[in-house]
Amino acid sequence: MAVSDRSPIVTTRFERGDAHTLEGYLATGGYAGLRKALAMTPDEVIEQVKAANLQGRGGAGFPAGAKWSFLPKDVFPRYFVVNGDESEPGTCKDRPLMERDPHQLIEGLLISCYAVRASQAFIYVRGEMALAQERLAIALNGAYAAGYIGKDILGSGWSLDVILHWGAGAYIVGEETALIESLEGQRGMPRLKPPYFPAAKGLYMQPTVVNNVETLSYIPWVMQHGGEAYAAIGTEKATGLRLFALSGHVRRPGVYEVEMGTTTFRDLVEAPVYGGGMRHGNKLKAFVPGGASAPWFYPEQLDLPLDSSVVGPAGSMLGSGAVVIMDETTCAVRAAWRLVRFFAHESCGKCTPCREGASWIEKILRRIEKGNGREEDLDLLLDVGDNISPGPFPRPAVDGEEAVPFPYKQTTICPLGPSTVSPVHSSILRFRDEYRIHIKEGGCPYG
Amino acid sequence: MSRLNPGNVELARTIISRYPRPRSALIPLLHVAQEQEGWVSPEAMAHIAELVDLAPAEVLGTASFYGMFKREPVGRYVVSVCTNISCLLLGGEELLEHCERTLGIKPGATTSDGMFTLEDVECIAACTDAPCLQVNYRYFLRISHDEVDALVDDLRAGRRTDEVPPHGTLTRVRQDIRPERWVGRGAEGLPPEIR
Ligand SMILES: Cc1cc2nc3c(=O)[nH]c(=O)nc-3n(C[C@H](O)[C@H](O)[C@H](O)COP(=O)(O)O)c2cc1C
Ligand code: SF4
Ligand code: FES
Repeated sequence: MAVSDRSPIVTTRFERGDAHTLEGYLATGGYAGLRKALAMTPDEVIEQVKAANLQGRGGAGFPAGAKWSFLPKDVFPRYFVVNGDESEPGTCKDRPLMERDPHQLIEGLLISCYAVRASQAFIYVRGEMALAQERLAIALNGAYAAGYIGKDILGSGWSLDVILHWGAGAYIVGEETALIESLEGQRGMPRLKPPYFPAAKGLYMQPTVVNNVETLSYIPWVMQHGGEAYAAIGTEKATGLRLFALSGHVRRPGVYEVEMGTTTFRDLVEAPVYGGGMRHGNKLKAFVPGGASAPWFYPEQLDLPLDSSVVGPAGSMLGSGAVVIMDETTCAVRAAWRLVRFFAHESCGKCTPCREGASWIEKILRRIEKGNGREEDLDLLLDVGDNISPGPFPRPAVDGEEAVPFPYKQTTICPLGPSTVSPVHSSILRFRDEYRIHIKEGGCPYG
Repeated sequence: MSRLNPGNVELARTIISRYPRPRSALIPLLHVAQEQEGWVSPEAMAHIAELVDLAPAEVLGTASFYGMFKREPVGRYVVSVCTNISCLLLGGEELLEHCERTLGIKPGATTSDGMFTLEDVECIAACTDAPCLQVNYRYFLRISHDEVDALVDDLRAGRRTDEVPPHGTLTRVRQDIRPERWVGRGAEGLPPEIR
C-alpha cells in the first residue's frame, strides 16, 4: 500500500472559498512564482519546467517544457491557448481547478507566456461551465486591475493580454487543433497533423502552444520550488502529483491529488483516503483507466502503477486522469453502448470511417442491448472497428494472451475515431459471453 | 425575434476588439444573442454577420455546430441530465426517467407552459458527483428524485432565481479590461518586450 504523505500542490486552496478573489489568493502565497519567473530570463524559466518533467494532463502526456521548445525561433505573433474544454466522459478535474483556484491557473499561464514570449493568451473554457467562467472573469478582472496582467506587468516592462473565451458545447473542440479552429470562429473540426502542428501552424496559422488547465496549474509551484523539487516527487519516469477523477462503483468517488508512479490503481480504489473500497463490497468487473477513450482494464491490472510508461505498454493509457470503476452488477454491453453513443454523437463528420463507422457501431450495439442482436453482429462490430483502427487493437494481457501496447492506429484525422473502438473491443474481449446471452435470450440479463 | 439591442451592440464591439481577428468573436457574440432572447434567432445571426463582416450563412454554419446554441425558442429553464458512463453506473438513466415523469415530457421537448426543456446529455464534468444534472448550466450534484421535484416546484414558483438565471444567461460577471491596462498588441509581428 503506497498512500503518499506528500502534501498536495494544486488542491491546497480548494476548501477556502475565496481563492478566486485576489485577496484570497495573495493571502496564500499567490503570484510569488510569477515574481520569481520575472526575475529570470524566459529561457531559464523553460529550463526549470523541463527539469520538472511536467507531463501534460490533457490526455497525450507530452512534457510541457519540451513542447514549448518546438516553437520556431523569432516567429511572431505567437499565441498561448489554455485548454479548459474538459468533456471526456469520466473526467472532472479541470473544472474544480477553474472554479476554486482560478488565479493559480492564471499565474501558471502568465509564467508560461513569459517563458515562450507569447503575444497574447486565450483561456478557452467549456461552454457549459457557467461557474468556472464567472470565477475566471472575477479573477482576471482582479489581476488586470492590480497590475498582474496587461501593460507593464508588476513593473517588469513585460506586457500581455489574457482573454477569457468560451465554447458552446462540442466535445471534439477539446482536441487542440479543433480548439484552435473554434477560437477562430469556425466549426470545431480537427486539422491534419502534419502539417498543422500548433507549434508551427496554430492560431491564425501562427506558432501556438496549447496546454491543459491542470498542466498549467502546477507551474506556479514549479517556479517557486524549482523543477528538480517537482521531479523528485513520484518516480523517475512518472514525476510529480496528478489529479485523478475516481468515479463509479467505489464508496468514495472524488477528485484526488495523487503521487504518480508510487501509487497503484488498487491504492486508488481501496485506500481509505481515496476510493475506500468497492461499493457494497461488490466485486470489480472492469475499469476505465484514463477516460472514455481508453481501452478497459480488468481486476488483473489493479496493481499497475499510475505511470504512463507502464500503462501504455500494458495496453491502455492514463489519458485524462479519469478512472471509472464498474462492479459486477454492470452490464458490459450497456456500458459499451453508452460510451459509443457518445462518440457517435460527437464525431465531427470530417472523416468517413469515423462519421459512418461510429454510427454503425452505435446502431449494432443498441440492437444487441435491446435484444434484437444477431449471431454475426460481433464479427461485424469488430470489422467496422478495424476500418477505423486497423490491426491488433491495444489491450491488456488477459486469459493467457499478451498485451498489445497503446496507442492505437488510425485511418482518421484525429483519435476520436479509434476511441469509439475502445469500449467495443474491450467489452467483447472479456465479456463475449454476455453478448451471446443478449443475442440468444433476446434481452439484457441485467434488466 | 430581433437584432442585438444597443447595449449589446456596444458589448459586441468591445468583445470583437479583444481578438486579433473579428471572426474569433463569433461564438461569444452568439452567446450574447442567446442571452438577450433565450435563443439565437435568424435576425440576431444576420446582425452578428454584419458586425464581424461575414455572410449570414457563415454565422449559421458555425452556430449550428455547437449544441448550446438553440435555434428555436426553448423553455426558461433547460434541464440537462447526464446519462454518460459514470452517471449511468449510479442512476443517471433513472434520474432522467424521473425528470420525464415530473415534467411530463420526453428529452428534446418543452413543457406547454414554456417553463422547462428537458435534455439527455453527455458528460457534464461532474462524474464524481453522479447522478447529476444542470439547469441552465448550473450544477445540481448527487441529486435525489425528491430534490428534483423540489427544484422544479421552486423554479415554477419563481424561487431560486438567483441560483438559476433564465436560459442564455452565462456569467453575471464579465471580463472587464480598463483601457489603461489593455495592451492590444496581440497581432504584432515583433516579440513582446522583455527587459
Ligand atoms: C478527441 C479529443 C478530445 C480532447 N479533449 C481535451 C480536453 O477536453 N481538454 C484537454 O486539455 N485536452 C484534450 N485533448 C488533448 C489535446 O488535444 C491536447 O493534447 C492537450 O490540450 C494539450 O495539453 P497538455 O500538453 O497540457 O496536456 C483532447 C484530444 C482529443 C483527441
Ligand atoms: S476522427 Fe472523427 S472526430 Fe476526428 S476528425 Fe475524423 S470525423 Fe472528426
Ligand atoms: S459521466 Fe455524468 S457527469 Fe461525467
